[in-house]
Amino acid sequence: MKVRIWGSRGSIAAPGPETIRYGGNTSCIEVRGDANETIVLDAGTGARPLGESLMERQVQRIDLFLTHLHVDHLEGLGMFAPIWSPDIELHIWGPPSPVASLDERIATYFSPPLFPVHLSEVPARVTFHDAPRDPWTIGSITITADPILHPGATVGYRLESDGKALAYVTDHEPALGTDLDAASTSWISGYALAHHADLLIHDCQYTEDEYPDHVGWGHPSVAHVASYARRAEVDRLVLFHHHPGHADAELEAMRTAVLAGWQVEPQRCIVAAEGTEIDV
Amino acid sequence: MAQTNQHHLVLIIARDFASRLSTPVFLVDVTGKVIYFNEGAERVLARRYVEGQSMEAGDWSTVFEPSHDDGRPMELSEIPLGVAIIERRPDHGIVRIRGIDGVQRRIEVTAFPLFAHADECLGAIAIFWETPEPVPEDG
Repeated sequence: MKVRIWGSRGSIAAPGPETIRYGGNTSCIEVRGDANETIVLDAGTGARPLGESLMERQVQRIDLFLTHLHVDHLEGLGMFAPIWSPDIELHIWGPPSPVASLDERIATYFSPPLFPVHLSEVPARVTFHDAPRDPWTIGSITITADPILHPGATVGYRLESDGKALAYVTDHEPALGTDLDAASTSWISGYALAHHADLLIHDCQYTEDEYPDHVGWGHPSVAHVASYARRAEVDRLVLFHHHPGHADAELEAMRTAVLAGWQVEPQRCIVAAEGTEIDV
Repeated sequence: MAQTNQHHLVLIIARDFASRLSTPVFLVDVTGKVIYFNEGAERVLARRYVEGQSMEAGDWSTVFEPSHDDGRPMELSEIPLGVAIIERRPDHGIVRIRGIDGVQRRIEVTAFPLFAHADECLGAIAIFWETPEPVPEDG
């Protein structure tokens, strides 16, 4: 699998000179499978440039996995070029809800007065899927979705292909109510998704100083990220979902803090930057 | 996915909630096996969680000698937590139990199943209180 990051920011887009190295677009990742599958993880504002790229490459089928429906993971969908093409087969997967169907919930945002066109009117051939409880396959990739700790229905995804595993676990507060260093792994949210992953892409929203004022908001501190990566025994870690107020230099300091807690070789932990490509 | 024994998020949250309550709480998985009880429950049962974890339904429904007010033994299917697991519906009732310390206590129990989805039961939770002996009717 080849991973490319198109948007790494959390909460709201943050363009500008202070974020130019790691980027200001919100969550969006492209995964290309070994059989040329096109999987998109979340549709933040990074989905706009990704959509243009996919159209240039004449991709015909796209599977979009939404972790949840908070706006920073959805706001790029309206400007995602493939959704405006009748030639595109778009499958949108997301967390199930007992309240409303996935398309109804997405249309809350993707409809007037918040957006000029209603979701049901887009030209692409769109199919909506509740993320199944059991693993399923798309081409050569086996996908698992599992609920994780974040306000509202939220899942993380694990993609496995050719013996390799990518875990995408963003918007996640695994330490809420749990001492990650002391807890049995059976009681750690998201543990099964990340366990022994070759690459873990994980939320890294808060510094240690910021976290106490944001307990319960659904995001971790750098110390939590380090503990979670260590407990899950992942190989490589990508710090993701950057706070919009964190400038490039602060993100690098957060990586240093994660490495201090995780205590592994520096090359095993990177800060997600727009344009970064990683082989899994 | 890698084979792990991670509990479902609903159970993780239920355990965390229970751990923060002084009110006794007892948590079992879908088979009825004990996966957690809090300090409040430890006091009433006179048994520490580390000693009681992984008890099967057949064990906890007998080791505490549950009975009716009139002394008749109470079957698993009559205990509110048993009802929640077997019939997958909420139940409430009075149960007499005998703690591991040998003391009989009269408790009032509310139990309900934990559904992650309408057709996916993950376990059940029981919340209970010690309750006074009934006042004898005037003869």
